[in-house]
Order: sequence, then C-alpha cells, then structure tokens
Amino acid sequence: MPVLLLVPILAGLLGAIWVAFDLAQGGNLVALRDLASWTGLPAALRLSLVTGLVATALSLCLTLLITATLLCSPAFAAVRRLLPPLLAMPHAAAALGMAFLLAPSGWIARILSPWATGWSQPPDLQILNDPWGMALTIGLTTKELPFLLLMTLAALPQCDAHKRMQLAATLGYGRVAGFWLTVTPVLYSQLRMPVYAVLAYAMTNVDMAMILGPTLPPTLAVQTARWMTDPDLSHRSLSAAAALAQLAATLVGFAGWIAAEHLATALRRCTIFRGLRLRKLDAPFRAVAMLGGLTVFALLVASLCGLTLWSVAGPWPFPGALPRSLTLTAWVRAAPGLASSTQTTALIASLSTGLALIFTFAALQAEFRIKARPLSAVWLYLPLILPQICFLPGIEHLLLAFDATGGIASVTATHLVFVLPYVWLGLAAPFRSWDARIATIAATLGASPTRIFWRLRLPMLLTPLLTAAAIGVAVSVGQYLPTLLIGGGRVTTLTTEALALASGGNRRLTAAYALLQSMVPALAFALAIAMPRFIVLRRKAGGQM
Amino acid sequence: MKKGLHIIDLKVKLHGHTIVALSTTVEPGEVLTIMGPSGSGKSTLLAALTGTLDPAFALTGRIILDDADISKRPPQARQIGLLFQDDLLFPHMTVGENLAFALPATVRPRALRLTRIEQALFGMDLDGFGRRNPATLSGGQRSRVALARCLISDPKALLLDEPFSRLDADLRDQIRNLTFNHAKARDLPVLLVTHDPADAVAAGGRILSPLGQNVRI
Amino acid sequence: MNRREFGRLAAAGTALALAGKCAWAADWATTLANARGQNIYFHAWGGDPKINDFITWVGGLALDRYGITLTHVKLASTADAVSRVLSEKAAGRNTDGAVDLIWINGENFAAMKGQDLLFGPFAEGLPNWSLVDVSGKPATATDFTLPTLGYESPWALAQLVFEYDTARLAEPPKSLADLSDWAQSNPGRFTYPQPPDYLGLTFLKQALYGLLADTTILQSPAGANYSAAVKPLWAYLDTLHPNLWRQAKAFPANEPALGQLLADAETDISFAFNPGRASAEIAAGNLANTVRTYVLDGGTIGNASFVAIPFNAKHAGAQVVANLILAPEVQAHAQDPATLGFQTVLSIAALTPADQARFDALDLGLATLSPADLGPVLLEPHANWMTQISDDWVKRYGTAP
Repeated sequence: MPVLLLVPILAGLLGAIWVAFDLAQGGNLVALRDLASWTGLPAALRLSLVTGLVATALSLCLTLLITATLLCSPAFAAVRRLLPPLLAMPHAAAALGMAFLLAPSGWIARILSPWATGWSQPPDLQILNDPWGMALTIGLTTKELPFLLLMTLAALPQCDAHKRMQLAATLGYGRVAGFWLTVTPVLYSQLRMPVYAVLAYAMTNVDMAMILGPTLPPTLAVQTARWMTDPDLSHRSLSAAAALAQLAATLVGFAGWIAAEHLATALRRCTIFRGLRLRKLDAPFRAVAMLGGLTVFALLVASLCGLTLWSVAGPWPFPGALPRSLTLTAWVRAAPGLASSTQTTALIASLSTGLALIFTFAALQAEFRIKARPLSAVWLYLPLILPQICFLPGIEHLLLAFDATGGIASVTATHLVFVLPYVWLGLAAPFRSWDARIATIAATLGASPTRIFWRLRLPMLLTPLLTAAAIGVAVSVGQYLPTLLIGGGRVTTLTTEALALASGGNRRLTAAYALLQSMVPALAFALAIAMPRFIVLRRKAGGQM
Repeated sequence: MKKGLHIIDLKVKLHGHTIVALSTTVEPGEVLTIMGPSGSGKSTLLAALTGTLDPAFALTGRIILDDADISKRPPQARQIGLLFQDDLLFPHMTVGENLAFALPATVRPRALRLTRIEQALFGMDLDGFGRRNPATLSGGQRSRVALARCLISDPKALLLDEPFSRLDADLRDQIRNLTFNHAKARDLPVLLVTHDPADAVAAGGRILSPLGQNVRI
Repeated sequence: MNRREFGRLAAAGTALALAGKCAWAADWATTLANARGQNIYFHAWGGDPKINDFITWVGGLALDRYGITLTHVKLASTADAVSRVLSEKAAGRNTDGAVDLIWINGENFAAMKGQDLLFGPFAEGLPNWSLVDVSGKPATATDFTLPTLGYESPWALAQLVFEYDTARLAEPPKSLADLSDWAQSNPGRFTYPQPPDYLGLTFLKQALYGLLADTTILQSPAGANYSAAVKPLWAYLDTLHPNLWRQAKAFPANEPALGQLLADAETDISFAFNPGRASAEIAAGNLANTVRTYVLDGGTIGNASFVAIPFNAKHAGAQVVANLILAPEVQAHAQDPATLGFQTVLSIAALTPADQARFDALDLGLATLSPADLGPVLLEPHANWMTQISDDWVKRYGTAP
C-alpha cells in the first residue's frame, strides 16, 4: 500500500529533473551551468551542510546528556510536562521569537538598556544572520531538541534503561558512561530515523534559515526558494537544478553522519574494551547537560513569552522592557474566519494523520505477518530531503492530470506525503522491537492475528502511537505551500492565513497567528504525553483495590 | 489413532541442514523432555509445533493432536498451550483481563466467564487478584497467573519453554509441581524444553534431544 | 490559430467594439449577466491586514451590486499564484482555473504575459476605463516600460517615499550624495533590502536616476552602453556599503523587514513603496508618531499596481470586479489613509463633482505628503536594466568576502 505513495514522490522528483534539465526542450545543462557559475554556491553548500550537521549533533548530544543525567529524577517529569507547547510552536514562529529575543534591538537588550548597557539605541552588532550561521545553528538546535527528547521518551520504555544503568553502576561505571555504554546503543537504534529526519530538516529548512541564517549568501535551500519565487520564470530551472544539488548535498551530509555513527561505535567499543569507568566525566557532563538544557528551554520559553507579549502589545519602542500599553487588536483582527480555518486545519490534520497511521500499521503488520525482510523506507524520506518548493510542481502536475480539483481531498493526499515519513519514523522502530513472543503466547491462547493486533499490539504501542500521531498532526498543520498550491487557494487553514500575514512583517499579527497555529498541535502533544500516563495511573489505582 | 500428541517424521531444515528430527508420541498425562544445549534447535521445535516457524525454515512431517492433523493450522487454531521462561503477562491488562483474553469466547454469559476466571485464580491460590496490575505481582504470583492464563484457554497439549529457569530454587519446585499436577489432572500431553537436568529429572519421563536421540543424565 | 494570434485578433476586435458604443454596452450587459452568481477567487498578497480588509470590503460591494462572491486567497508571494497558473497551463487545464483575478505588476506581469498565461485584452473595455488618467499618470498603462495593452487593469499608484524619525534626525538627506555623506557620519543607521528583492532593486533604480547623466537611456533596453552607464552606481555602493547597517554584511530581506528596523530604532532612515505606509503604521502603534516622510529632490520612482485575469479564469466575474475596483467611490476609499492610503489611478478632473468631493474630503494623515509634495514621478526603467543590475549586484556583493 505505501508503494502507492511512491507515485507522488516520483512525480515530484521527476518534475524537478524535468525542469532542471529543460527536458521539454529536449534537455540541456544550461541551468546546471548557471548554478555552477553562481559565486555563492560553495559558501551556500558549506553553510547548509555545516549548520545542519552541527545542529543535529548538538541537539542529539544534548538530548542524550539530559536523558543520562536526569533519567528517573523529578526534573525529568518537569521536562516532560514542558514539551507540548515547545513542540507545537511552528519553526518559523520559534525563529521569529528567538530573533526578537537575541537581536541588538531584542528583548534581552531592551531589558538591559539603557541602565546596564548604556544603549539608547540598538548597537550595530551582527548577532543574527552571522556569516558562519551560528545563530541559525543555535536556533535549529533549540527547536529540534524537544523533538528528539520526545522521541527519546517514546523509545525509553523499550530500552530497559533503569536496569542497564543500575547494572553499569554496580560495575563501577559513572552515570554518563553507563548510559553511553549500555543504553545508547539500543536507544539510538530506535532514535536513528527521527535523527535522520532532524538532519534532513536541518540541512534543507527554509523557515528558520530565512530568519536566523546568513544572507550573503544564504543557505542553498533559501536560495532555491528565492529562485523559485523569482518573477523571472526562467529562474525556475535554476531553482530545480539547485534543488537537485541540494539533494546531492544532503546525501553527502548523510554519508558524513553515518561515518560519524561508525566512529562513535568504534569509540564506544574501544572504551568498553579498555574498561574505562569514566566516573570523573559525570560532574562536567552534568553541568553541560544542565546548562545546555536550561539555555535551550529558557530560549524557547522566552521566545514563546515574547511572541505572546507582542501579540497584545501596543506601542513598544526601544529600549522599553515592556510595551507601553496592551491591546487585543491583533487578536480581534485574527478572530473572523478563525472558526472555519481551525476546522479545516483540524480536519485535514486528522485525516492525513489517520491515513498515515493506517498505512504505517498496514505495512508494518504485513511485514510482521509474512515475516518479510524489514521494508526499506528510505524513499519515504525523499519528501523531507527535497526542498518542498521544487518538489511540489511535479505533484501538482500529477493531480491536475488526474483532474483533481484541489479540494480538501487533494490537499489531504499531499499532506500525507509529508506526514507519512514522520508517522513511520515514530512507529516503525517500536513496532519492530515489540516482543513477538507476546504474539506467540496470544496465538497459543487462541487469539487470531486480528485480535492480537487490536487487543495487544496496538494498546501496548499506545505511547509511540500517540506520539507519532501528534507529530503527524503538527507536520500537517505546518504545511503551507502544499496547502496553497495543491488547494489552489480554495483551502484556507490557520497556516495559510498565518504565513500570508507573516509576509507583511507585522509582529503583533504574526505572533497572534503563530500562537493560534500552535494550538492544534499543542493539544495533540498534550494528549500524546498525558494519555498513556493517565491510563497507567488508572490501572495502578485499580491495582491497589 | 488415539488421544495424545503425535509427532510424525517431523523434520526442520535450514539451508539444507537438519535442526529438528523427531518422531514420537506424547501420551495424555505424560511429560516428554527435550534437552540440549542452547542453539540445538529446541526453540525451533517449539515454533514448528505452535505454527510460528519463520518461513526461512523448511518443515516436513505431521503433527496430530487428539485425532486431528493440525500441521497446516494457523497457531490460534492448534489448541496448544505455551509457557515461556518469561511470564509475558500483557502489561496493559489486569490479571483478570489477562485471563479473560485467554478464555474462549464460546464461554458465555458474562456471569459464567467471571466464575471461570475466579475459579482459575482460586485454583492457583490467587483469589481476589482479578483487578491487580501484573506489574504489582511477585515473581511466583506472575508465574501462577501465566499458568492459569494458559490453562483457561482449554489447550489440548502443553509446551513448556524453560518455564522455571528464571525462578529461584524454592519457588522453582513449587511452580514446577503445580504445573505438572495441573497438566496431569487434565490428562494433557506435555512437552518440556529445557537445558536444566533438574527439570528433566523432576519431569520424570523420557528425555530426547531435538534430533530424537535418547539423552541420559 | 495559436493563442498569440488569437490575442491580436481579440485586441483588434476590442478596438472595433470600442468604436461602436452601443455594441459595447450590450457586451458589458452580457458580461454582467454572466458574472452573476460566479465565485471569483482573487489571489492577492495577504501580508497587510489593511489590504485584506479592503478586499473584504470590495467583496461586500461585489455581492450587493453584481451577485458575485469574491474570495480573497491570501498569498505570501505572488509567485505562488503564478506557479499555480503555470502548472495548470502545462497540464492543459484551459477552463475553471484556480486563479480568477490576480494582483500583479512588473516582472510577474511580464512573465505571465510572456508565457501566454493571461486573458485579454480586457482593461480598455471596462466601463470605468474612461476615468483612468492614462495621460497624466502614464504608469497606469506602462508596467516597467512594458505597455500593458489591456492585459491588466490598474488599481492603485505607488511611489517611493523615504521615512525618518524627527525625534532622532532633524534634517534628512535629500539627495543621493547627501545620503552617502550622512551615512558616513552616522554609520550603521541605514540599509536597503537585499536585491533581487523588489524594494531593494527599487533603491538601486532610484540611485541610478540620481547618478546617470542621461536618464532617458533607462527607458529602452540596456545594450552596449550598460557597463559604462552603471559604473557610477557601483562606485556609489562601494562607498556607501561600509557605512550601512551591519557594515553591509547582512541585509534585511524585504520591505516589512526594512520597516521593522525603523520601528526597532535599528535604523534612522527607511523607505517604502507606499506614501501612506508611515501614517498607517503610526495609527496602528507600530511607529512613533514623530516619524515623517519625504522624497528626494528630482523625484522618486513610481509605478502602479494592477489586476490581471489568467487565461483559464472565470472572465466575466473577474472583469466585473476589475471594473468595480476602478469605481470612484472604491478608489476614494482606497486613498483614504485610514483604509490604505494608496494613490488613485483616476483622473480627478474626469469625475463628477460629487465624486471629486469624496477625494477632497480625505484626511491625509500625520506623515503623508500631499500629492503636490510628492514631487515628480520617475518611471520604472526597462526591466532589462534591472535584470542585469540584479545579477551583477549578486556577483559583486552577494557573497560576503
């Protein structure tokens, strides 16, 4: 069944190739040559690769360190509760929030000025858009950390982490070393796909790079998007060529990442063989985890607060630490049409996520039933790797060829292409690592495969299921271009409204809509995190009777 | 033919290599022990009997249980009960729900089902445990729930995959006796797979290797 | 017969129809009849809530007067709608397209026209066309030196104005040379959006007008004279850049980002392609009420915003809406700074006294210059100049050293 989804993906890819090599005119390399002659190409490629790889590595290391130091502590529960709003914040909104926080005219500078800094007007400091992409790297790390933490939370129950760490501790290993040597191997095997998704996003994103990234030149993805929206239609072939270059660069990035994985494994083996207990690492790593974790959370929470404040701000000139007055104008402006666009958003999100869940379960169950080799789902990730803007015209062409009129159905189908990989990555590893002996036992008790699936497998995978569903909802809600292009403007969601308004640069309205846009996914994440715990609590209560 | 578990010329091969070769009958109430070191094909034999063998293996021969050829039946239609070394209680269900899951749907109405579950728990000295969460039970209690769950599904034969190896010595004797007594009381043919000679001795029956040779202790 | 030939014939036909007014009136009656009950999707940039409100207001009129349901499809970029029409054309969808009416100008128009994506000519057949000030406001029929030929209908005029905060700057520099000198003594307080952004290119065009000895060459395509002509521009930018915001190591992305810098006091001088923007932003509380606007000596670049109809649109309803936007009461409403503050494309003299009174009654707002103070309007240079300058800018400055 998922093979059907190969069709739009191939259509998208072929569309890009078609345009890049101008196959309509018999094919030529003009676009490729134009791309090669762009002076910014080496720098843009380097930026895309370096910011993507570094941000992914940083967020993964921080995630593992935080988990290693905080596992089974009350602080971990607090982290868990903080996650939903942070996860639900759209990337662009998070970037805007961080930009407002860190800019020389930003909130931090305002709070410290003029009494501490002496600034009566913002200093001319290049904190954002720095040529090395540091601001972008920090932004990406900050936004991806909660996602990886969530995926870790979903994977931990399959890892026997407590027992393994206890065992390592009794053998004299430090906490961090114990986690690294005994838990990480099994945890990472479940985290690998989410990490790849983060890597793909970090190397190809447009939303955050546009706001925080350098501009001379920008990352390749941003430049690709610029060329695509250039009024000069001849730039589209250049854009498609850039998209293919982006694909190649992303594959190089992946090769680099996989090499690093091997290196890390070798390092771990070496450490194990030498029997290093590494207890002295605990204190510094604990400090790094606390500092890094706190910084990331403070950054995100402050961004969220900054956005909230802007959404109700009256005049707020520099260097005021707070707005001069508060007003609900932005919210009142956002109110009309809110009900219908929220409905449409929720409908498309639940439809596409539901379908993605069905496809994923059907494929995984089939793989399990006929004991086939694990399905290779690499092609599923193509939509995450290719710049959306170049990928979509191909899909659009396909849908138009089938005379799909761009209603909710076409939009849902297109969302599915982008939602499915995330749902798959959230579910495949937990599904496969589920103890198959449970199914054997149940079968010997007379249960049919269907019954085993519904009564045992599904409920036991409730946590990853709900997590995957919440991520699916968030991904669907975040789709702008697919909704606009495939919907032909007939389908209005919170995101199409929010991005159109954001293009006007009105901070108040942008903030209000970003918050509104976060609400549907926030609800989904809150449910995903609270529901399994609620059910467990209820059972425990039952147990005490 | 008569009652009992008839294993007729059962052969399992992997890449041309014979892993299991067995032809024997386990009489009702008899315990046949299959012994061998790990990797010797014990688990493969169990998978062949329960019908959960990986397609990579080639299976020939027949399995007759109480006059019915079950060789081609899917696992859920074979009526062979199975106990692993881990109790594998369903963690998201209460003890009672675990048993209800195993109790055939033909047992009706609701009141009768409840009675049967209570009886099963009573028979294991677990009365009143129906609403308990499996996670709150001790090791011995969990083993008894697993046994009760297996028996309530009304199996016609019992397969034991080193079910006692995780238990400490005291508990081990107790659970072993309990299991064998229940199986005898129901006249079930029992096939025990183990690498522990003590289990084999306690079973008190014939001892074979997965390739059908007699094993002496 | 291909589409281009058909277009020429249609143009000839329109001219004939205009000659015979009776036939034309009957045609318009048919158009009105066909338009009734149509659902028209107007694809227009949705980044400004004031413009969104204005389009909603026009939609109310369209429904009351003509039974047309107008739906505003809010775009982040006009290119997204162009993409859609392009895909439909490639897929052979020749009727019932997704885009019925599109807000467009300049390069997007040239691109759509060049790809035969537009319906027309239709503009000169609109009843309100007679009120448009084509001779006094040549930008209404010439889009980036490209004659519109009736393939788009103007609806608002825009002109480049500079913005500054009187609280921080008493006397703003009124020529390019003064601007450069001022930047030297006030480094880091001025910048422009990064080309090829539209407003960034507009600043370069404005600079070109101030630096060229003979500006008439800008109205025809650049040829062999290009390199020599633009030399002063590069010299000017080379001097200016070290004194720009962030030493020109980063540029704001677009007009909103540039405006935000002024609001955050990161810059002291800004500019916009809308003389009414500053007043409206002051009214909305986004800019200090000490902000004022001014134009450079010798005038600033001006152009018009248009609406066009894609080839596969619902033509009748789209034309009725295009005509409605040209109605005097709608134009007066658009020029009201409380609504949009966009300059009308109509000839005030051609209006009835009652309609003239609507325009006289408008309050310009705190920071908006009167039409007289706006000074001369400089025409957009030929698009060919800007394509080359844009490419060269990216080569010279697009990669940080």
